[in-house]
Amino acid sequence: MTGSAPPLRALPRDLHPIAWWSWAIGLATAASLTTNPLLLLLVMGTATVVVMARRSGHPFGRSFRLYALLAAVTVVLRVVFRILFGGQEIGHVLVDLPEVPLPDWAAGVRLLGPITSEALLAGLYDGLRLGAIILCVGAANSLANPKRLLASVPPALYEVGTALVVAVTIFPQLADSARRVRAAQALRGGTTTRVGRLRRFLVPVLEDALERSLALAAGMDSRGYGRSGGATRRQRRVTGSLLLGALTGICVGTYAWLDPTAPRVLALPMLGAGVLVAVLGLVSAGRRVQRTRYRPDPWRAPELLTAGIGIAVAALGWYVSHTQVAVAYPGVEVAPYLSPLALVVGLLGIVPALATPVPATALSRMDAAQEATA
Amino acid sequence: MTDHGVIQLRDICFRYDRHEVLRHVDLTLEEGELVLVSGRTGVGKSTLLGVVTGLVPRFTGGVLTGDVLLDGESIVAQPPRERAHLVGYVGQDPLAGFVADTVEEELAYGMEQIGTPPETMRRRVEETLDLLGIADLRARDLRTLSGGQQQRVAIGSVLTTHPRVLVLDEPTSALDPTAAEDVLATITRLVHDLGLTVLLAEHRLERVVPFADRVCLVTGDGGIRTGPPHEVLADSPVVPPLVELGRLAGWEPLPLTVRDARRHARSLPVLTAPEPAPAPESEPLLTASGVTVVHGSTVAVREVALTLCAGRVTVLMGRNGSGKSSLIWALQGSGKRRSGTIDVAGDDPATLAPAQRRTHVGLVPQTAADLLYLETVADECAAADDGAHAASGTCRELLDRLAPGIDEATHPRDLSEGQRLALALSIVLTARPPVVLLDEPTRGLDYAGKAELARIVADLAADGRAVLLATHDVEFAAHVADEVVVMAEGEVVSSGPPRQVLAESPSFAPQVTKVLGPPWLVVEEVAAALAREGRR
Repeated sequence: MTGSAPPLRALPRDLHPIAWWSWAIGLATAASLTTNPLLLLLVMGTATVVVMARRSGHPFGRSFRLYALLAAVTVVLRVVFRILFGGQEIGHVLVDLPEVPLPDWAAGVRLLGPITSEALLAGLYDGLRLGAIILCVGAANSLANPKRLLASVPPALYEVGTALVVAVTIFPQLADSARRVRAAQALRGGTTTRVGRLRRFLVPVLEDALERSLALAAGMDSRGYGRSGGATRRQRRVTGSLLLGALTGICVGTYAWLDPTAPRVLALPMLGAGVLVAVLGLVSAGRRVQRTRYRPDPWRAPELLTAGIGIAVAALGWYVSHTQVAVAYPGVEVAPYLSPLALVVGLLGIVPALATPVPATALSRMDAAQEATA
Repeated sequence: MTDHGVIQLRDICFRYDRHEVLRHVDLTLEEGELVLVSGRTGVGKSTLLGVVTGLVPRFTGGVLTGDVLLDGESIVAQPPRERAHLVGYVGQDPLAGFVADTVEEELAYGMEQIGTPPETMRRRVEETLDLLGIADLRARDLRTLSGGQQQRVAIGSVLTTHPRVLVLDEPTSALDPTAAEDVLATITRLVHDLGLTVLLAEHRLERVVPFADRVCLVTGDGGIRTGPPHEVLADSPVVPPLVELGRLAGWEPLPLTVRDARRHARSLPVLTAPEPAPAPESEPLLTASGVTVVHGSTVAVREVALTLCAGRVTVLMGRNGSGKSSLIWALQGSGKRRSGTIDVAGDDPATLAPAQRRTHVGLVPQTAADLLYLETVADECAAADDGAHAASGTCRELLDRLAPGIDEATHPRDLSEGQRLALALSIVLTARPPVVLLDEPTRGLDYAGKAELARIVADLAADGRAVLLATHDVEFAAHVADEVVVMAEGEVVSSGPPRQVLAESPSFAPQVTKVLGPPWLVVEEVAAALAREGRR
């Protein structure tokens, strides 16, 4: 309006992985609190739109299709199970299948029987709910590199994080070596019994995996992984016993909390004490860690917005499920409908598709494509 | 400090249970020198490197005595992780040691571990990217890099912590000649410009000797011999063809570079060049035309035509990723083929069942161990006889011809690289295929192992089989090839007799050709010509 510079577009960069995961968990929470198919479809659509707009170029970015497939299979399976096991007389019968008689010990289980539109719809709603949750998790996975997420764990949990990173790294390699060995074994004769075939395949793959893991461990060690730094033996012992004590406390507390016959003093107080000791242990462990992070992901306004929207969607979804039961859990006899508030729950999640910067790796992917064609 | 070197090994002894690997070894590495560790396979080269990095005995077991000093301070009691900022180590397969996803993160990993301040880290990553010439790769996924690029990233990732010593285990063994030159040029630059001390083990001496300041020969009886290259190589059991030529002609001092050898070569008498043997008439056993292999959107092999004839050895060469393996698997019939025809004895192997396919075309894959799955050599042989419906003992007989004297109770993993290759080859040959394909069989073989393999390949051809083998090793190719096919970007760029193809290419020319010019290929030819000259 003033004729000055045009509004700045945010520079391309990857959003903090925790922001994406909070957003996705928020959406998944909202989805788990309703069976309204319209609302669920809205949530699924929202997640898909955001993924299409903001997924990054790393290999995990391509995994969304897999999750979409898994969600579809889940919905279909739920409906099929309703047909197979859910025959009921009440309601509008669509197809009157005969019931398969089962022996007495299977009392309570029905096989086939009349298919009612009510049973089908209930199965469909239920399947959609599960599918929406799966799709949200898939969205988080393809938006944020899981390795970056693991890298942002607090320093005290660094070892656990790295172990997970190694597992994530080794896994695709395992698939590679499985493919290689399968092809190689076809080149020779040998046993063709089922056990023999399995052995022919498993022995080389496992040997290969073991060798790779050892090579990786040696490589990591020679590059300084697990340096004890300046910690003395006493400090290490204190940290160890704190963490061990915390684990015991949490275990006992959880057990007592779930078992109503246990003395109450062992329940919540014990759990609280366990958590407290765990925090102390983690702080103590974190203090001796001398590591630094290379180019840590910043936490700025877009991250705050994305995580906030996740929380808001979850909170609104909870509110709808408690105050507008007819909207959140529609009966199967009447057509489902949406209230304005439910509409907000379904659509609010789409904001990050516009309000976040374009991921940097998506750009480099395009550059690479141009390089390849040039 | 200068008088006791950067690294000092003092009275190092190392043994497994009963087997003594190193006995009373003393070695001093000066600042800014490149020391080449050489010796036959299995004499303890990697052990010697491991003693410096600390991976021996922590990752291998065994008993180590003696002392390792770095700048005069004992580090023998420190585990590898505590030496990370002093000693950088790059293993044989760089991909197996990568921890991160992208080049940039991999370079920073070591610094993150030792707690380098973020600003320093940022600066050093940029410096290292430039130093190794990999700045354009910074955001690339490590698995999508070529072998030479991976090796340079691996070197860069240990350089960022500014170590005093760089330890490299066979850095060029998996690389094509050009990529190997790139990596070695990088290493030399580090030695000259940064004063880095480099300890390097390598089988392919012809690649490394010109760059080495000293050679440390592991003799095999537990001792080592160290000295300037021309002294140690004068009677070393493993030498590059150049030195072999020098020994043969009695040149003094021994030539270490092609340039030196050319100067000496002027003193040679005029030799009659070997007559190229006329190609014998032989029937084609495998005829392929228009073979195209596509992986996703990349064309791995594009309309390749190839004929393999009985009694002929064809060598397939080309850069890493030029489509050699894809072609070999497609020829065998197991690999998928998009179009084209392959004809072996009237059948297309791709349409046959695996058991039938094996009787038409045999293939030994790049990792021969993938074929093996049983506990003893005897079991493997018996399983192979069963699978091929061959008379019992067929496989064992083949193995005894290829590599005599292998104890049948040995675990296949305990065999040497060459023996394991021979075992895999005999298992494949049990099905009596007329065509044999070998994918990179020279990996991990020393000169003696390669000579053995050359004999095996010549035997196979003499039996009337057609042999196709892929390799990066030009010296080996010069020894065995009747015909050479060079591939690039999935297409055949040149093919013909080795005298034509190898001798004419600057990157594929063997050392003898570089010195004496075409048509000379191998030292044996020169020896024969010299002998003829002597008789006259």
